[in-house]
Amino acid sequence: MNDNTHFDAIVIGGGPAGMTAGIYLSRARLKTLIVSDGVLGGQMVLTHEIANYPGVESISGYQLSNIMKKQAKSFGCSIKANTSVVDLQLEGEIKRVSLSDGNTYTAHAVILTPGGRSRTLNMPGEAQFKGRGISYCATCDGDFFTGKEIVVVGGGNSALEEAVSLTKYATKVTIVHQFDHFQAFEYAVEEAKANEKIHFIMESAIVHFHGDDKLESVDIKNLKTGEIENFGTDGVFIFIGYVPNTEFLKGKLSMNQWNEIVVDSDMATNVSGVFAAGDSIVKRYRQVTTAVGDATVAALAASNYIHQLKTKQLHETLTH
Amino acid sequence: MLYTNLHHVMTAAEHQKLINENENVMICCGRMGPMCIPVYGIMEDLEEEYKHVKFADMEFDNPEAYVIRDVPEVRGFMGIPFTMYYKNGKLVKATSSIQSPAQIRTILDKEFAPVTVS
Repeated sequence: MNDNTHFDAIVIGGGPAGMTAGIYLSRARLKTLIVSDGVLGGQMVLTHEIANYPGVESISGYQLSNIMKKQAKSFGCSIKANTSVVDLQLEGEIKRVSLSDGNTYTAHAVILTPGGRSRTLNMPGEAQFKGRGISYCATCDGDFFTGKEIVVVGGGNSALEEAVSLTKYATKVTIVHQFDHFQAFEYAVEEAKANEKIHFIMESAIVHFHGDDKLESVDIKNLKTGEIENFGTDGVFIFIGYVPNTEFLKGKLSMNQWNEIVVDSDMATNVSGVFAAGDSIVKRYRQVTTAVGDATVAALAASNYIHQLKTKQLHETLTH
Repeated sequence: MLYTNLHHVMTAAEHQKLINENENVMICCGRMGPMCIPVYGIMEDLEEEYKHVKFADMEFDNPEAYVIRDVPEVRGFMGIPFTMYYKNGKLVKATSSIQSPAQIRTILDKEFAPVTVS
């Protein structure tokens, strides 16, 4: 095995779960590589303020991510950001991970922490008008819509809370939601309903985005009657939840119907030597703290697995 | 203040100087938010590889950033960051909102030149 390309463990995903795994593994003197598809920090950098991370009164997601990165590096962890996995072999005692930079690395164990991403509507015009009327971040782009009329898509907590915060800028906010009720907590629903700038179009969905060099209107389909209405708007904010980044794992290990990775209480998947942690696993509560917690378990279980594997291999070498 | 490891452009004069003195320049104009940070991170990573490109950032709310916010090419942009690509002092491409590493590489390769392996 080539020393430059072989690791004890490869962690796929660079959010809080991935970096925690990197910290624990490299601190246990295991040669570890973290591969991150995007910038390090994952969805944590989406958070302007984290006020419920125990021991830290208040910090931005970006800063917390930078500290985690520094910690992982200080224990000798290798990190490759903005690099994606193009091929993955998880079976057997030696796992293979091929990356978009053209290199292939091997490892005894793999920890999967790919996290999730905002769901998109996938309707015609969505890609074209991203940044030209379509936004996924109210705090980022809200002020471009000062004095304008906008639409918010979704019915969860984020959709309703962001709709309320967008009324600081917009003169009218229309919430378009596919069901006849909201999934959000009651307080968020009440707050939105009490705001006179907020209007509702229920049991409906956007099916087309129109405009020239910027968004001008959307087609809204009534899901009960099938009727489609063209609705003039300057902006659309989309908050329809998250999907796990597990497409690259399809057929390689056990996942549930939502493509979340199935793990046991040691964060082990059904493939020997492959562990998983963070937002992409089957679980109910997705927080930075829970990602960090799962990843600690995954890293300790992986360390134990690697130790046993090495002992077994050593024993085999000695007895042959 | 943008706390990235990129070169920070603070004034309109500095902006002019940067694009005049460098053949290929990419400037990301944003805030420290979720749509901007990934772009800064990608630029920091590409800086080593694309040695023929000068990478920089500028704070969106800096009044001097009118040199980016007010050009006709960004009319219709309603999402930060505004990412600008200059060749020989001239704006050749501008994008609005978050971009992926692949999207940024495509623009750099097309507008400037791909990285040559020596």
